[in-house]
Amino acid sequence: MIWETVRLALLALRRNKLRSALTMLGIVIGVAAVIAMVTVGQGSSRSVAASVESLGTNVLSLRPGSRGMGPGPVSTQSARPFSLRDAEALGELSVVKAVSPTVSSTQTVVAGNGNLTTSITGATSGYLEVGGWTVWHGRGFNSAEDRSGASVCIIGATVHKTLFGTADPLGQQLRVGKVSCEVIGLLQAKGAGTFGQDQDELVLMPIRTVQRRLLGNDNVTSISVALAPEVSSQRGAREIEALMRDRRRISGNQANDFSITDRAQIAEVLSGINSVLTGMLSSVAAVSLLVGGIGIMNIMLVSVTERTREIGIRLAVGAESRQVLTQFLVEAVVLSLVGGIIGVIVGLALAFGASLFMAIPFAPQLVIVLLAFGFSALIGVIFGFFPARKAARLDPIDALRHE
Amino acid sequence: MVATPGPSRPPLIELSDVSRTYGSGETEVRALDHTDLIIRQGEFVAVMGPSGSGKSTTMNIIGLLDRPTSGRYLFNGVEVQDLDRDRRALLRRHFLGFVFQGFNLLPRTSALENVELPLIYKGMPRAERIERARAALHKVGLDGREGHDASQLSGGQQQRVAIARALVGEPMVILADEPTGNLDSHRSHEIMRLLQQLNREDGITIVMVTHEDDIAAYARRLVSFADGRIRADAPVPERTPA
Repeated sequence: MIWETVRLALLALRRNKLRSALTMLGIVIGVAAVIAMVTVGQGSSRSVAASVESLGTNVLSLRPGSRGMGPGPVSTQSARPFSLRDAEALGELSVVKAVSPTVSSTQTVVAGNGNLTTSITGATSGYLEVGGWTVWHGRGFNSAEDRSGASVCIIGATVHKTLFGTADPLGQQLRVGKVSCEVIGLLQAKGAGTFGQDQDELVLMPIRTVQRRLLGNDNVTSISVALAPEVSSQRGAREIEALMRDRRRISGNQANDFSITDRAQIAEVLSGINSVLTGMLSSVAAVSLLVGGIGIMNIMLVSVTERTREIGIRLAVGAESRQVLTQFLVEAVVLSLVGGIIGVIVGLALAFGASLFMAIPFAPQLVIVLLAFGFSALIGVIFGFFPARKAARLDPIDALRHE
Repeated sequence: MVATPGPSRPPLIELSDVSRTYGSGETEVRALDHTDLIIRQGEFVAVMGPSGSGKSTTMNIIGLLDRPTSGRYLFNGVEVQDLDRDRRALLRRHFLGFVFQGFNLLPRTSALENVELPLIYKGMPRAERIERARAALHKVGLDGREGHDASQLSGGQQQRVAIARALVGEPMVILADEPTGNLDSHRSHEIMRLLQQLNREDGITIVMVTHEDDIAAYARRLVSFADGRIRADAPVPERTPA
């Protein structure tokens, strides 16, 4: 009997294709929005996780000046900068596996016909290890270049593509501001970073080259430290803090004039923000699902009024109230379920498109799909019940007389 | 089976002292006023009377679509005046068939599906339903029209589909409310011959409301209403023969 009722409901819905389609639209949009939001949110969480992994595990960042955790500009003017000797001293700690002092300068980079304004990073060979980079083609800085300030550079995939297209960049000259350098290496692409920035838009030069020839000073603006594998970031931070306080002559109860951040913590904060955003957007989407449900109720009410005579006929030939109720309820549920199925497909397609566009992983989740599906069926039952009950309570005589 | 109605046959429908009022107090309307009526198995009764005379109310009560305000209604010997909505639906499903003036077919639904409808509510398997619905359509002379919907059928054909729907559940009574009211004279007589045939050959009791004397002449007995009461109840004098 229930299968029979489903068949009847499908027939009834097919008789009114346009209306059925429009009614479903609300549910389709609601479900699609929820699915797309959650899937994209999940994808970007995974992307955050992946970029944390790409940072390398157990990496601490040191910056002059005291600052809070997380991204954002900070005034470092008053704070004493680091020096390369600080980096060397840090490298001698047993808890440290690799050290990467860096400076940066925004410059216009020219090669052949192409040019690009980007941030130039002055780094040492430790940069690649700490940042988890691999040289895809060519080589990294050698220790002589680290110390000498040689005119060489290593470029990221985006810079390569912008300046050289598909041509081999090795041995080519790159003009960085007023300095020329020879390209000695091309880095393996990493894709979008934690903040959605393009990590591959990158030009590395030996730190001394940047300090002397582009910036004209000996300052080091940040030092990243990769800890030895078995060392916890707490212990690493403690030892590094002690060393730096000592080197910067900060006495017992004075506050640090530098900060140490655990990049994994930044990622955690980001991923927290990410889930809050996903949650908010999903709630907005859920509201649209609710509106879709109210749309179903509306149309079912109109449908009950319009089909009053049909209901009268059914009652006259012996339909019980329960059977009329079931019929209209099933119609509402079928509407919302079919809408839910279409919504899932549309939502996944949208999420897939967005993932490609945002360069994040496509992360469909069966649980969410099932949940959205179940929820749309529930909406059908809840919002279909009132109109269905109205239909079931009609008086057969009045219903038959209805024009 | 040839029906020979008369006092010898058991009463199928028995209304005793039935009244039906609408509203209450000052605005009370007495549609049916202390009426007695007995219809025996196999009868063909025409019900006439001006509008507001109580004939439609009587039909609704007999058809278990409405309940009397007071009085007793015995259907096939069973008291049914106090049954609830769903029990009355069950009785309609199993023992009654309806034919309306406006045909009342489901729109955008094939003739076959319209005729199947009562059987669906009987819970009959689909194959059997289709077989019975086809047989009923054959009986009313609509072979080959099973797939047509109402908009593709003439008024007479639509009424035949409605009659097929009324008889497909093998009812004891067919209640016809001005079955020829929307039809021209030629089609009207075709429909009446069909009803007469169902009464004579299948022994189905027929109660029919009409405004036209020549339509009433197909019945055996004529009951006339006025002001909520039965004014006359007699055999049809000049019966149109089958």
